[in-house]
Amino acid sequence: MDDTILLAHGSGGKLSHELVERTFLPFLANPTLNKLDDSAVFEASGRLAFTTDGYVVNPIFFPGGDIGKLAVCGTVNDLAMNGAKPLYLSLSAIIEEGFLLRELQRIVQSIRKAAEEAGVSIIAGDTKVVNRGQADKLFITTSGVGIVPPAVDISGANARAGDKVLLSGTIGDHGIAIMSQREGLKFSMTLRSDCAPLNRLVSQMVEVSSRIHCLRDPTRGGLATSLNELALQSNVGIVIEEAKIPVKEEVKAACELLGLDPIYVANEGKLVAIVDPADADKILARMKKNRYGRDAAVIGEITSEHQGKVMMKTRLGPSRIVDMLSGELLPRIC
Amino acid sequence: MKFIDEYQDNKLAKALARRIAQHSLKTVRLMEFCGGHTHAILRYGIRQLVPKAVELRSGPGCPVCVTASADLDKAIALAHLPGVIITTFGDMIRVPGSYSSLQKAKAEGADVRVVYSTIDAVEIAKGNPQKSVIFIGIGFETTAPTIAASILKAQQERIRNFYVLSLNKLTPPVMKALLDSGEAKLDGIVCPGHVSVIIGSHPYEFIPRDYGVACVISGFEPLDIMLCIDKLVEQIERGEPKVEIAYPRGVKPEGNKKARQLMEDVFQISEANWRGIGVVPQSGLKVRGKYEQFDADKVFSVSLKPSKEPKGCRCGDIIRGTATPLECQLFKKLCTPESPVGPCMVSNEGACAAYYQYGAADDL
Repeated sequence: MDDTILLAHGSGGKLSHELVERTFLPFLANPTLNKLDDSAVFEASGRLAFTTDGYVVNPIFFPGGDIGKLAVCGTVNDLAMNGAKPLYLSLSAIIEEGFLLRELQRIVQSIRKAAEEAGVSIIAGDTKVVNRGQADKLFITTSGVGIVPPAVDISGANARAGDKVLLSGTIGDHGIAIMSQREGLKFSMTLRSDCAPLNRLVSQMVEVSSRIHCLRDPTRGGLATSLNELALQSNVGIVIEEAKIPVKEEVKAACELLGLDPIYVANEGKLVAIVDPADADKILARMKKNRYGRDAAVIGEITSEHQGKVMMKTRLGPSRIVDMLSGELLPRIC
Repeated sequence: MKFIDEYQDNKLAKALARRIAQHSLKTVRLMEFCGGHTHAILRYGIRQLVPKAVELRSGPGCPVCVTASADLDKAIALAHLPGVIITTFGDMIRVPGSYSSLQKAKAEGADVRVVYSTIDAVEIAKGNPQKSVIFIGIGFETTAPTIAASILKAQQERIRNFYVLSLNKLTPPVMKALLDSGEAKLDGIVCPGHVSVIIGSHPYEFIPRDYGVACVISGFEPLDIMLCIDKLVEQIERGEPKVEIAYPRGVKPEGNKKARQLMEDVFQISEANWRGIGVVPQSGLKVRGKYEQFDADKVFSVSLKPSKEPKGCRCGDIIRGTATPLECQLFKKLCTPESPVGPCMVSNEGACAAYYQYGAADDL
């Protein structure tokens, strides 16, 4: 029989120690974490960026990743979106009683792989076990600290009229990959989630230009929601062209089938950059050299008109408003 | 998969727009019956591509929107019965009934679950043998066969705790009711693509014959809709209304016989209560007597307060095609997707939600 997580694994006693020492430490080991002190002590100087995020994805394993990879990449990307170089993460896992130990091990290995790729260490952690039904298999919360290099000033409030809007690649891959696995909606396709750490891509962009004004990773709510947030935060208008937005054929097909618009579908390895027009080509060329920016494109620009709103020139020619996602993405009935 | 970009080609769309402009002389009013069409029209900006003389009105083809308040009240009352699990398509749970919504009932402790397919509802029944699982059956001829299939599956597998509250509706009879009322003054109808996959083109034939109104069945890609509008305008200008299929890759004149047989086996035609329209004879589907053990209407009884419509809400007019969302006082003010007053703002297929989400540049 498969070993499962018991309530006793969260009791703080012997089994808890065993869980940490056998399942987490061997994979995530580093001098700070290995001390197992109540808090991690580390050196840092300069401007720090700090963020936290909870991960409750269902299903926890999906094509192209799992909840562990997502928990690392998501927090790394949130730091990177302010131009920070991510250094350290904390990780807290809430595990439902009965969860399979080997699945937990698989997820911890995936956490390690993602952390290695991003170049971050996990230096603090916690595990809790809750009764069956009080959590859905596994919830993970990660917090992250990064250093913002001097002279980097990237914020959602920095967009100016005339700036170009860049997108790092195809949209909707994560959301559709997840939906294809969800109970009741299963359809088979080869699409994988785009879940990836973007911090190296960002640092390469920052190397070639000091005039990157805003960065945002369009996760839940998709590209449309991120652009609306940026338009509101910077109090500018944004104009994009539908035909210039890269979308994979599989994503297009699934969206047509389900009656969804890819600009509202979630991504986990894409970024939107709003940059000075003089540097746009240079930044785009650099992005294209990184595997996570290969399909990057200029999709629009910032205008002083219709402040706080996003307009899109549709594939057919006319322009329309692009609003934030409201409610949930649901497949059509008829 | 191919053949998506091909149906969204910019040059072809412009060429079609020019063609429509060339032979459009009269002012014509067209109704797109289906909410999916309304969404595509606004999403791609088709309103701006066609000449001003061609007016596009939304119709009653949004399953959630046409569900009568009284029926919704019944679903909510069923949700509050002990031991009941309500299963329904997603949008339905947010629609305000007369006094509450399924979402509120859920927050108050009722077990309400969103499913993507009727078969999932049967699975929930299988997994919860001590509970009564009721599926709220909404939709048109597109969803009715799948609901029929779920009843047959429950029968085959001897699942005795699965029930359907059948609120299913039929397309041609409500078209007749709209045309009989004469309110919307239509010249042509963009007929629903997916419904027609099932029923074919013959059931629309009375429309040009008896009412002189043009009918063209359309797919859901922007070029499908442009082509459909072109054919409608051409028929109207020539004064030769008829039923045409502009969606031949999906629709055959005879439709899908197997799906219809499934429907006919399980359901019988009955009157139905439509939000904004009222009771329309022969426009609904009830579970046949031989399957009455699955009929929530027969098995459960609930007492209901008289239903009422939200004050100032014009969903009824919008469903009948006598007003556009822009003419409603509540639109974008008191009624938004976050706090919808009427069903047309809730549903993915509702006209108000489409106008809200995809406003044109000149609506700014």
